[in-house]
Amino acid sequence: MRHPGDPVLALSLRPRRTWRTVKSWLMSVAMAGAFVLISLPLLAILWALFSKGASVAFSHFPAFFTKEIPVVSRRPGPGMGPAILGTLLVTGGATLIAVPLGILGAVYLHEYGGKSRFARLVRFMAMVMTGVPSIVMGLFVYVVWTMKYGYSAFGGALGLACLMLPVVIGSTETMLRLVPNQMREASLALGATKARTILTVVLPAAAPGIISGALLAVARAAGETAPLLFALGAATSYNPHFFDQANTALSVQIFGNAMSSFTAAQDRAWGAALTLVLLTFLVTLVARIFTARFKR
Amino acid sequence: MDLRGKRAYADTAFRWLVIGAASLVLLILAYIAVSMTGRALPVLQHMGVLEFIKSKRWSPADQLFGALPFIWGTLFTAAIAVAIAVPISLGVALFVTQIAPRRWRMPIVYVMDLLAVVPSVVFGLWGVMVLSQHFHLGRSFMTAGIILAIMITPIITSLAREVIETTPQNEKEAALALGATKWEMIKGAVWPHSKGGLVGAVMLGLGRAMGETIAVALVIGSSLGQITLHALSPGNSMPAVIANEWGEADDLHKSALIALAVLLFVITIAVNLVANAIVQRSIARSRGK
Repeated sequence: MRHPGDPVLALSLRPRRTWRTVKSWLMSVAMAGAFVLISLPLLAILWALFSKGASVAFSHFPAFFTKEIPVVSRRPGPGMGPAILGTLLVTGGATLIAVPLGILGAVYLHEYGGKSRFARLVRFMAMVMTGVPSIVMGLFVYVVWTMKYGYSAFGGALGLACLMLPVVIGSTETMLRLVPNQMREASLALGATKARTILTVVLPAAAPGIISGALLAVARAAGETAPLLFALGAATSYNPHFFDQANTALSVQIFGNAMSSFTAAQDRAWGAALTLVLLTFLVTLVARIFTARFKR
Repeated sequence: MDLRGKRAYADTAFRWLVIGAASLVLLILAYIAVSMTGRALPVLQHMGVLEFIKSKRWSPADQLFGALPFIWGTLFTAAIAVAIAVPISLGVALFVTQIAPRRWRMPIVYVMDLLAVVPSVVFGLWGVMVLSQHFHLGRSFMTAGIILAIMITPIITSLAREVIETTPQNEKEAALALGATKWEMIKGAVWPHSKGGLVGAVMLGLGRAMGETIAVALVIGSSLGQITLHALSPGNSMPAVIANEWGEADDLHKSALIALAVLLFVITIAVNLVANAIVQRSIARSRGK
């Protein structure tokens, strides 16, 4: 029986539930499932890092971050201090080498080269260089540096710098592209030279983006192991000298201790891993803050 | 009249400075190729290039260096990784761009970025201490493949997102206006536009998987010379054998490891070049229309 309020026609804009809509729904659920599936290992890794690493790294704070590494690896107890210093030295050195050169290279590509043949070649080769495996960079540095001058933090920094350079070039060029052309034209019209325009107008305008891109490259480099494996040698005590003597780094220590069968060494690997991950996440977080500032 | 005035010299100097910085990329790549090939020559003369690539026996004590088992290990683990990572990456990329509400996007992208910054040695540590022990996988091709899959998923996902987002909005709206469900819209509008670029994204992930060293070195098991399809048996890959054997290697052995690196360099660059050409062409095509 019809009631006064019922529609005359059964016209509804909501699609009827058919096999097609059910299938679409099922596929959407599968896609969401893919995200859940890939989040699981991330959660498992973070859980393992904190459950196994935190007690090692933070008991008797700050002993783990300051004490030297035990020479006999099966002996329990703290010490990753020299590796933390080594990571900071190597990554800092690589940053000082690769970031200025990368920014200058990107300035050439975007402000001078443009679409010229040489600029296209450099852009193409920078892309090729991002694909070079890190172990190849490690052997390259061993062949051209370590074989002649011996182990040092500088050798490790060279390897990391080779990995960072094309990444910094790429991210900086993207950021330079976002600087409006009117700013360059205004500066040139006021009589500034091209170099002055770039240094005082274009680069400052793009600075937050460039810094954010560079920091992401630094975060990646800080976690690299392969380029350091052959250049640093082995050390268990502090070595603040950048150009002399064998050194060590967190990633190298994790690699060495992960292959050990002694529980004490494995514990130190987890503590070092937690330290390294916190360090890289911190750098990434700072990079994100810069990105947010640039977008606004 | 010279409008640039007396600062012209500084300007020219700056120009040469940036050209020099840009040329550095070419110099380094050329230097890598020349210096590494030079160091690889002794073993290539000792074995012969063809024999080095196709011989199955790697026995440094007998001065026999056949790289085939490691080439196989590299390809096999990378193939496992890609087979696992592709459906997951495409699922996440489609979910983020087409299905999820707008306010979910940033958190999802953030989780993927987090996964991308975890150092590879930490993946390796987790793989050898947790994954290989608690899931009865042991140190094997399979464990290496799973770890590699987790590592390349964020890379493939972010490239796939970029490619998928080049689908013109009006074609998607047209599909929906004709009564297509979201899945039909993806099949009919998004897929034809992005399949070329997606192939390229997957190949870039493949290149990354083949070059990964430390995580694989920890979990693959470092056996000598297994050419098998049995995924749960221990194996070895080109980068892993370099990392694991370098410490005890004598001169000819080192030369053989460098030759492996040269081979890896050539293979990964070839994969990357093809992948990049595919991605660029697909993005350019969808922009051009």
